[in-house]
Amino acid sequence: MTRYTSATNSDREEMLARIGVDSVDDLFSGIPEELRLGRPLDLPDGLSEAEVFDRLRQMSARNTDADSEVSFLGAGMYDHYVPAIVETIISRSEFLTPYTPYQPEVSQGGLQTMFEFQTAMSELTGLPVANAGLYEGPSTAAAAAYLAIGATGRKKLVATRGVHPHTREVLETYSAGYGSEVVEVDLEDGVTQAAALAEAVDDDTAAVFLQQPNFLGSVEDIEALTEVSKAHGALVVVACDPMALSILKPPGQCGADIAFGEGQPLGNRLDYGGPSFGFFGAAEEHLRRMPGRIAGQTTDVDGRRGFVLTLQTREQHIRREKATHNICTAQALNSLAGMIHLAWLGKRGFVELGELLVRRTAYARSKLAEVPGVSLVSDAPVVREFALSLDAPIGEVLDLCAAEGVAAGYRLDREYPEIENGLLVAITERRSVGDIDKLAELLGRAVSVGSEAPREKEAVS
Amino acid sequence: MNAAAYPEDLKYHPEHDWARVEGDEAVFGITWYAQDALGEVVFYEPPAVGTTVDKDKPYTELESVKAVSEIFAPLSGEIVAVNEALGDAPEAINSDPYGEGWLVRIKVNDPSELDALMDSAAYQAMLDG
Amino acid sequence: MSPQTAPPSTAEVPTAQQRDHATTIYERSVPGRRAADLPAAGVPETPIEELIPKSLLRERPAELPEIAEPEIVRHYNRLSRRNFDLDTGMYPLGSCTMKHNPRLNERVAALPGHARLHPAQDPRRAQGALELMWNLQQSLAEICGLPHVSLQPSAGSHGELAGLLLTRAYHADRGEQRTKVLTPDTAHGTNPATVSMAGYEVVRVATSEQGGVDMDDLREKADDQVACLMLTNPNTLGLFDENIAEIAEILHSVGGTLYYDGANLNAIMGRSRPGDMGFDIVHVNLHKSFSQPHGGGGPGSGPIAVSDRIEPFLPKPQVVRTSEGNGSGPTFDLDYDRPKAIGRLRGFQGNFGVFVRSYAYILSLGGDGLQEASETSVLNANYLLSRLSEGRTGKYLPLGVDRRPMHEFVLSASKAKDDLGVKTLDIAKRILDFGFHPPTVYFPLLIEEALLMEPTETETRETLDDFADTLEAVLEEAESDPAIVTGAPYTTPVRRLDEAGAARDPVIRQPLG
Repeated sequence: MTRYTSATNSDREEMLARIGVDSVDDLFSGIPEELRLGRPLDLPDGLSEAEVFDRLRQMSARNTDADSEVSFLGAGMYDHYVPAIVETIISRSEFLTPYTPYQPEVSQGGLQTMFEFQTAMSELTGLPVANAGLYEGPSTAAAAAYLAIGATGRKKLVATRGVHPHTREVLETYSAGYGSEVVEVDLEDGVTQAAALAEAVDDDTAAVFLQQPNFLGSVEDIEALTEVSKAHGALVVVACDPMALSILKPPGQCGADIAFGEGQPLGNRLDYGGPSFGFFGAAEEHLRRMPGRIAGQTTDVDGRRGFVLTLQTREQHIRREKATHNICTAQALNSLAGMIHLAWLGKRGFVELGELLVRRTAYARSKLAEVPGVSLVSDAPVVREFALSLDAPIGEVLDLCAAEGVAAGYRLDREYPEIENGLLVAITERRSVGDIDKLAELLGRAVSVGSEAPREKEAVS
Repeated sequence: MNAAAYPEDLKYHPEHDWARVEGDEAVFGITWYAQDALGEVVFYEPPAVGTTVDKDKPYTELESVKAVSEIFAPLSGEIVAVNEALGDAPEAINSDPYGEGWLVRIKVNDPSELDALMDSAAYQAMLDG
Repeated sequence: MSPQTAPPSTAEVPTAQQRDHATTIYERSVPGRRAADLPAAGVPETPIEELIPKSLLRERPAELPEIAEPEIVRHYNRLSRRNFDLDTGMYPLGSCTMKHNPRLNERVAALPGHARLHPAQDPRRAQGALELMWNLQQSLAEICGLPHVSLQPSAGSHGELAGLLLTRAYHADRGEQRTKVLTPDTAHGTNPATVSMAGYEVVRVATSEQGGVDMDDLREKADDQVACLMLTNPNTLGLFDENIAEIAEILHSVGGTLYYDGANLNAIMGRSRPGDMGFDIVHVNLHKSFSQPHGGGGPGSGPIAVSDRIEPFLPKPQVVRTSEGNGSGPTFDLDYDRPKAIGRLRGFQGNFGVFVRSYAYILSLGGDGLQEASETSVLNANYLLSRLSEGRTGKYLPLGVDRRPMHEFVLSASKAKDDLGVKTLDIAKRILDFGFHPPTVYFPLLIEEALLMEPTETETRETLDDFADTLEAVLEEAESDPAIVTGAPYTTPVRRLDEAGAARDPVIRQPLG
């Protein structure tokens, strides 16, 4: 009997007798002799609950988490304050332990939360239809690409280098299966230039991928970029930071066909990268091609309001290979966390948080730009993140800051080698003015230590 | 329509489609058996008028509560009319598969293709087999 | 089951929950109310238009509920009671492995060193996380009998796609381009869609009378255009395919790969390993065999284990162990330098929170405990089947394929439909009134009126007895008055819903303003 089973030896014997076999081995007689393992698994013996807890606590202590340093890391996942009610509600067995709502009569709680979530995502993206959630951000781009390829009958995908590098890499990966190619458009001064985009888009283009704000933090002119993208009939797909949608013009109002994004900033833990959720909103005409789960409102036999999974038959196409996508998880629990966080923020709180981010980030950007040896990559407006170029080796700067208890930001050298010693700094409501001042002080010190010939720069008082 | 019916004046395709020849044109739809197997039809987007259809090849899709299914052309030709009314009321495909539930009207290319289709008795024999 | 404990068989008197009309959080919203209080910005209140041009800003705020915290909590608590869940009762969904979700796993996943760790943290400051991932990789490799593991895929379907993209890369590396993927007609629902997304054509392989792959059909279809065969073993009928070694030989002789859909791994842990059967690529559902809670439809995780020849193509980054024995112990890193890799499948490193829970589960049970879990799951399934083989259940719900199953089995309600006029769907709905979740219905497609049942190892014998008694009672009702069953359910928060209406005229968001 292991910790999570109940069958005692006498249960086992009585059950075997009832089945009509002598031993458990007999139940495995269908496995040919030569394919039986014939030895115990080479894994450690089981541990008591207390031992497992202690071991994992010790392992986790070897990670420097966002509680044990001041973190300016972002790049798609952000250290927002998640209200206590999120954990309280999503820890309930009734939300934590059910399967996908295949029996709607006993799944109204989950289905209704999906419906509420879809409403919120539709509002954030400014698009009329939204699904109940997909795996996470970057892979959601691949789902959008698949929709676009199906809708346009074209294969080429265009993405600006303002799109998250992970998202572009995922598009490349999936393109091997889709038979597509991904064409990248360079940024200029940290933003996408309409003229450069127009050059890359042609009659073979299925979709153009933009990001708002872009990976370097700059707010793009999505309306202008959408216009040039649509000139040849491509769909416009905009990756967005959901928190920035509190104040920025939603992609739907800029003419985008699809808006999606990484949902982690809404109610989800950092969790070293997952699980979180991806959100997906689309223009009405794509409703029946939309991937993933969708809850719809209906009535029961007595006329009561209820909710069901709907438009799911595309997944069970009679020729199942013609299904619109293979994704059958909605990250329901993570999406619910996002919805609770949004309800807690509320209509006004959401805007206030967005404004707080903009103002504090503006302060941080000008504060850090004043530091000798630190320069801005772009002058474009930003919401909550911005890119810097440093006059000192980025690795050494980060190490020095880390030694002082500060994760200074996301290093850009692997993915943006064109930015010298690039650093992406993210601000949340948890990073105080004091934290920002400390980062400025540390960066100043680190850059002057790390650079052989620090650039002359006037200090501004 | 509750009871199975296979009108004598129609020609049948093994993929459960019917054709009603009217002069040099033909009307297509799906059989009682097909609509019963599909269950309640919830969505039908008619193909464009002017599109060419090829015998034995899918020319459109029907979405029911159970599945999305391809619909096969019993004859080749060019679509001259589509049943727009089904856009708002696809349930007619279930309630009246041989009447209000028709799908498209085509101009027939090759009347000799009719020879390959079944009559009502042969189709019912296929269903029973 | 005695008649006294049978649930109501009419809906004349609505239950309290049925009287509680569904109200969305948007409908509870009142202008001016709020829950959040935010910290002060601490910086000048510059008008936003001075920081971001007005043309880039929203013209009106997003419509979100305006509601205070107590009402948010009540709203979701009330909604939660309109869900059935695994902690309330048995959930015998076949191929879903609804086993108990240990709460220890939630506790360790919530440790700040896990939950509050940023995914872009320098690997030198995330050594505990990387070691955990490494250890989980090693454990899954041992369980699957394949030496290399990537934890990146986010779900089973994501793992499937990874498997086919690996196959594509493997063949491309050999200068081959193949066009077809074979799937048996008992395959999991997502397999064909995955094949299509990976750019292959689906070719169906028939099922033999014994419920395994039809070997003649396989031999005929296996040619040098076949990239891969996707199989589940035991398959979705709960049957172990005895010919698996020969199947592998056939596939390998034409140069194809053999892919294992790990949805049914819970039947064989410690007893048999996909790698030893000849599979090249396996995906594992951490939310099935390894106890991650399903969350009402996610999150999950679908790691893949592969053989040596597939390893160079695994996605990046890959967790690697870089040094050992210099006195400071091993160190771990993320390796991006993988020139043959298929690339990334998602952002960052994967669903780490799920890894923590599954690793805790493996540590808790150990090798022998995992084996015992599988053994008990098979014991439970066979015991339940022995109970259901008699009485009315034996008469009206016979086995779809009459062979001894492993951890799950398929009954067919064809006879119940013909003799009593109650279909699989009706039986499933009446089971709800008795307080159980029904099994998987109408799957696999191969069996008419299918009921696919997987009790898992964590159910007690008494629960299995209750469930068997319930099915017997439902059929007894069907014999005496089929309308009771065809009209069910009666006691659930809502009764049968108009799914056709929902799909014809979709209302998928709250209409506002």
